[in-house]
Amino acid sequence: MPSAPGFLCLDWILSLVCVWLAIGIAGLFAPRSFHYISRVLYPLGAAVGIALAVVAFAALPATAETMVLPLGLPDLPFHLRLDALSALFLLLLGGASAGISIYAAGYLRKGEGTAPGLQCLEYHLFLASMALVLLADDAYAFMVAWESMALTSFFLVTSDHRMPEIRRAGYIYLLIAHVGAIGILLCFGVLQGNGAEGVAGYTFAHMRGMDHNDFWASAAFGLALFGFGAKAGLLPLHVWLPEAHPAAPSPVSALLSGVMLKTAIYGFLRVCLDLLHHPLWWWGVLVLTLGLATTLFGVVFAAVQSDMKRLLAYSSIENIGLLFVGIGLTLTFQAFGMTALTVLALTSVLYHCLNHAAFKSLLFLVTGSVLHATHERSLGKLGGLIHRMPWVAWLALLGVIASAGLPPLNGFVSEWLLLQAFLFTPDLPHGYINMLIPVAAAAVALAAALAGYVMVKFFGVIFLGRPREEKLSQAHDAGILERVGLCWLASLCVALGLFPVFVIEKLDHVTTSLTGAGLGSAMRANGWLLLAPIDADRASYEPIVFLLCIAAIVVAAFLLVRRFWHGRVRVSGAWDCGFPMQTVRMQDTAEGFSQPLRQVFEPFYRLTRELPGSFDKKPMYRVIVQDHFWYWLYLPVARVAELGTRMVAFLQQGRISIYLLYSFVTLVVLLFLIRG
Amino acid sequence: MNSASSLLLQFLELVTALVAAPLLTGWVNQCRAWFGNRSAPPLLQFYRQLAKLFEKEVVLAGNASSLFRAAPYLIFACMALASMIVPTLSTDLPFGPAADAIALVGIFALARVFIALAGMDIGTAFGSLGARREMLIGFLAEPALLMVFFTASLISHSTSLSTIVETLAHREFVIYPSLAFAGVAFTMVALAENARIPVDNPTTHLELTMIHEAMILEYSGRHLALIEWAAALKLYAYSCLGLALFFPWGIPEGTGLASLWVALPSLAFKLLIGGFLLAAIETVSAKLRIFRAPEFLGTAFMLAVLGMLVHLLLEKAT
Repeated sequence: MPSAPGFLCLDWILSLVCVWLAIGIAGLFAPRSFHYISRVLYPLGAAVGIALAVVAFAALPATAETMVLPLGLPDLPFHLRLDALSALFLLLLGGASAGISIYAAGYLRKGEGTAPGLQCLEYHLFLASMALVLLADDAYAFMVAWESMALTSFFLVTSDHRMPEIRRAGYIYLLIAHVGAIGILLCFGVLQGNGAEGVAGYTFAHMRGMDHNDFWASAAFGLALFGFGAKAGLLPLHVWLPEAHPAAPSPVSALLSGVMLKTAIYGFLRVCLDLLHHPLWWWGVLVLTLGLATTLFGVVFAAVQSDMKRLLAYSSIENIGLLFVGIGLTLTFQAFGMTALTVLALTSVLYHCLNHAAFKSLLFLVTGSVLHATHERSLGKLGGLIHRMPWVAWLALLGVIASAGLPPLNGFVSEWLLLQAFLFTPDLPHGYINMLIPVAAAAVALAAALAGYVMVKFFGVIFLGRPREEKLSQAHDAGILERVGLCWLASLCVALGLFPVFVIEKLDHVTTSLTGAGLGSAMRANGWLLLAPIDADRASYEPIVFLLCIAAIVVAAFLLVRRFWHGRVRVSGAWDCGFPMQTVRMQDTAEGFSQPLRQVFEPFYRLTRELPGSFDKKPMYRVIVQDHFWYWLYLPVARVAELGTRMVAFLQQGRISIYLLYSFVTLVVLLFLIRG
Repeated sequence: MNSASSLLLQFLELVTALVAAPLLTGWVNQCRAWFGNRSAPPLLQFYRQLAKLFEKEVVLAGNASSLFRAAPYLIFACMALASMIVPTLSTDLPFGPAADAIALVGIFALARVFIALAGMDIGTAFGSLGARREMLIGFLAEPALLMVFFTASLISHSTSLSTIVETLAHREFVIYPSLAFAGVAFTMVALAENARIPVDNPTTHLELTMIHEAMILEYSGRHLALIEWAAALKLYAYSCLGLALFFPWGIPEGTGLASLWVALPSLAFKLLIGGFLLAAIETVSAKLRIFRAPEFLGTAFMLAVLGMLVHLLLEKAT
């Protein structure tokens, strides 16, 4: 950053965060002034996002900068630190939030949910607290930022708090966020060690310097996995995700899924790779197993959803699972001291973080546009929107291809890197692990292929076919600001897909700071076209050549057909094997499209079917797909908690004399103890 | 490396694919007819069909979107690219590094997604039925194919197709159990992916059984021609891939054009045998119910994983 001497990147970032806070507070001055908030404040927030991304990009290669803020409690100042890992996630936050904020500016409507000014405050506080999570360099600042992130996002999720199911979703979200926060707090407690250093022990610098024995290191690792896993949606703590994402307004869902889940990944990486130095090999295997389970679970459930935002939420669970699979590989490789492979796996994780932020935010915003155009979230009532909303449809197609992990867009690159990392696992010097982990690659491949199924369903049912409802003919395309936001995120997907060498060069700064090595030097020798992380003979991929090749063949085929034959077209009705009667009801609904999967993966689901009888006057067909975890894990826990509270409840009689008696008895007991 | 001659070779490989793919399909159809004791269509029948389709005008459903019209070109391009990067005439191809085995699976998946989306575009009952079934077959076949490649990659320490073929060609002629498992799995996947019996039937238009044909019902004229050609290219690419992985002998490693005298006849010979065997498999097997297909492909997946495990357990030291 070409900054004035003494004004570091960290200062710039802090001032940008302060601008976000100021924008939020500015919203309170005219909470009902719709134009002021949507046309001035949100675009301003987007500009700050871009600026943040630029500064963070400049800070990637720089050495770590630290700062002590005289905030917080007396003798407990906030420590901040900007290193490559923070910079990368700040870049992600800035880049994704720029698109989402500009979209939100066009998305806001009058008279929906919370007052726009209040929502603006919550939204920008949420952004600022995420930035502070990434900057925090002590447990105290981290927890304060983490909790403000959880609270602001809770209020954003419950924007439409008049609906009971949204209140319920918000409650589950808040509950799991706090259970997870306890895990993180305890993890920092363990990392701090015995606290011989006094108050200063809570800084990350101190924790980094500690050397824990295996037991305490494992304890800290387990608590971090629990705490950050809860925030990220790792199995079995995923239940809040498919509830909270659909409940929130679409830009907020995009932020939750695209950015906030990544802060959990950031925290986990920070603890495992930075604060704890020597991972044990079974940590990696544990994370890998959990990640695989999460991935398969997420994608199998995504395939049977009929609410478009729930479908995307389950797909986010799948992607989080993939990230944890990558982290698991990283930890395993690092435990065995295989630096080059650690770097490869870590690069795939970081790359996938960026990718998921781009394409999942894009897809969530697309659902927002569809929702506004049609007032319909259920896939079974949409259809044919590509004619009414061409902009949204074509940009959604990019997001769908990226999300399905197809070349030449970005989802494929990180998947490719992850599979390459898997191919090296037989080199591990451990007897069983080196054979079992390659089999895990089979599960990853299955999940990737299923993601294609999910995305075809998502795009095909919403945008293709014929409109399933009369009212869809009034649907309108997204407004100009919404289009800008969508285009920004779609272009990120394309750029991340086409220029992997450039991106990996930048990721090198992060991997170097965490593991001491990078992929870049070997790759740069091959030029910027060829992505060959290990060796060009070993594996290579050239997205640009790939794209140009396909484009050239398409153009050549088109021109040659026109040249030698003709381009005549006659418009007519659909053929459909000559069946005379065609209604829109005969197309596959969301349930119909996922029927094969329901059959193949039946044990995964808790299915309730209502089938019509032969003589029903009004036949009804209903399938309810539920999650086993509710019944296996959450309801028993809830029942035990309820039982416990009922046993304590007899204390609460509602009569003041009894309460006075309690106080009196307590007093007497205490006096007795002191006397004794 | 002589880049001009290798570029020429790359171009030749594309042209060979475009020319030979319809011939291969014609050959398989001929063999099928002979097995069924019918008089066979001429070898060039597929060309005549293509010429006829290109000549005809396109009859387009009224609510077709531009995605529907673009899809045939895209699918054709994907399949042409796939047959370009599979080493058939030489292992030293300039476009070889553009996509390795994993990217090849990605190309097939890309084409599949587009054909499924095109099937859903008109909004007919058959289109979405075909799309749903195709994606079902796809998500089962894709991981199995990837596992076959994984086994080959573990043997050759590379995912680059050229390196895999070179390594496998230089090994002594012994039957490797891992490759045998992988070969069976690959054959099963190839049958499913190319809409062949026992998973699908390329000649049926019976609504209960069709998969591939159901998706492309609405296509006509040049669009249909491109899709049919792409299907032939896919069969060709899969056949060449199988030959390259399991019978790699005869694929020259140099870029010299002189080596074509070896490469072309050996390719033609291997394809003739392969096509004959494919027709034989199709004749002796019965079409499965659609919900037996997951079992069929699940077996392929298990075999592929087994092949990989066998390699890791038994052959790793070699």
